[in-house]
Amino acid sequence: MNATTTKRDYSLLGRDAQAAVESGLAAAEWYHTDIPRKQMKELMRREDGPAIRDTILWLASMVALGGFGILFWGSWWCVPFFLIYGVLYGSASDSRWHECGHGTAFKTRWMNDAVYEIACFMIMRNPVTWRWSHTRHHTDTVIVGRDPEIAVMRPPDLIRILLNFFGILDSSYAMIDMVRNAAGVISAEEKTFIPGQEQPRAIRIARIWLAIYIATSALAITMGSILPLMLIGLPRLYGAWHHVMTGLLQHGGLADNVIDHRLNSRSVYMNPVSRFIYWNMNYHVEHHMFPMVPYHALPQLHEMIKHDLPAPNTSIIDGYREMIPAFLRQLRNEDYFLKRELPPTAKPYRDEFQAEPIAAE
Amino acid sequence: MTNWVEVCAADEIDEEDVIRFDHEGRTFAVYRSPDDQFFATDGLCTHEKIHLADGLVMDDIIECPKHNGRFSYKTGEAKGAPVCVNLKTYAVKVEAGSVFISLA
Repeated sequence: MNATTTKRDYSLLGRDAQAAVESGLAAAEWYHTDIPRKQMKELMRREDGPAIRDTILWLASMVALGGFGILFWGSWWCVPFFLIYGVLYGSASDSRWHECGHGTAFKTRWMNDAVYEIACFMIMRNPVTWRWSHTRHHTDTVIVGRDPEIAVMRPPDLIRILLNFFGILDSSYAMIDMVRNAAGVISAEEKTFIPGQEQPRAIRIARIWLAIYIATSALAITMGSILPLMLIGLPRLYGAWHHVMTGLLQHGGLADNVIDHRLNSRSVYMNPVSRFIYWNMNYHVEHHMFPMVPYHALPQLHEMIKHDLPAPNTSIIDGYREMIPAFLRQLRNEDYFLKRELPPTAKPYRDEFQAEPIAAE
Repeated sequence: MTNWVEVCAADEIDEEDVIRFDHEGRTFAVYRSPDDQFFATDGLCTHEKIHLADGLVMDDIIECPKHNGRFSYKTGEAKGAPVCVNLKTYAVKVEAGSVFISLA
């Protein structure tokens, strides 16, 4: 054990939250690669076409797969249909929630909002709460005590991570939060990032969702079958693995308390199926640096700025090969992190607030 | 009394775009709409003080580059989460090919 290891306080109301504000880490000015305005405008330009195509493919596939699942229910033939249905429900909803929350997936606002609400229900994230928590995540990415969306805190809780591949803890907490919100209670932590005027809507949505889950459960009891829950609710568990697999790579094992996304975020080259499910969020450094760029333009953005970024991991497996050993080392020394090396063409990291090199390798 | 301050030549702002204008310690965003009208607002997002001039102009909307908060740059109205506080707007005129904003 390193004698100087820093015990982190991830509470949004705790010691590190206060320290981040006092030191200027909170709401700091982050590094951006320079892109000429004209090119940036082109990248930011909104379109409906790609997201309409992808949404039709996503939802139509779910209808077809769910239909076959129902058709073959009672035999082993239903298993492959539900396995894929589950990933589209419990993992693709994560990226749809995310991208539509930014308002960048579609040009047309109501389309963003509609897909956002549907995806939030599937991924069990209150659309009000999570819109605001994600806002904070972008303001204070992996700043301890400020970012409410740090997936792997230090030292890593490996059991929690494994359980979340099946959505077990996340969905349990989501259910507790839903019931609490439905009872009209907004927690003290939620109040730190949800404005007062938005809180009644969080409560109203929690009540609607609770009614849907009660109705689905009642139908399952009436039918004497879990089939209704296989279609609504349970896919958040049995289909969660893909979004956890890709999500852990976003920041796992990298620096915290820095103000350069090149240090705390990871871009990974992925296969086309995972990129469809994940809506190109594998270009995660690029996304954090320029959240205005829609998912369908991220590959183009990557090509434009890769000279200024650490080399992406070459595959999901490659990402895990560096991340898992980092998690194991963080069990012994929570100050340890992977330092991203920049190519010679990149602008160097600024000194201020950058991670201590002594802890990195 | 109106204090008109020159911003730039009109053709320095593209149609459906925005530029940043700093004056006496204050920062503003000056817009040119798709129908070739000019508008001005405070330059920082009311949510987290990000420069709106780095954002995206779409029709009569300016979208903040950090959290995608949207305002009408014509009226300053905040269009929904995560922005809740309206932007202050300023009168604009174009004379002899230059854009002026009123800081009275």
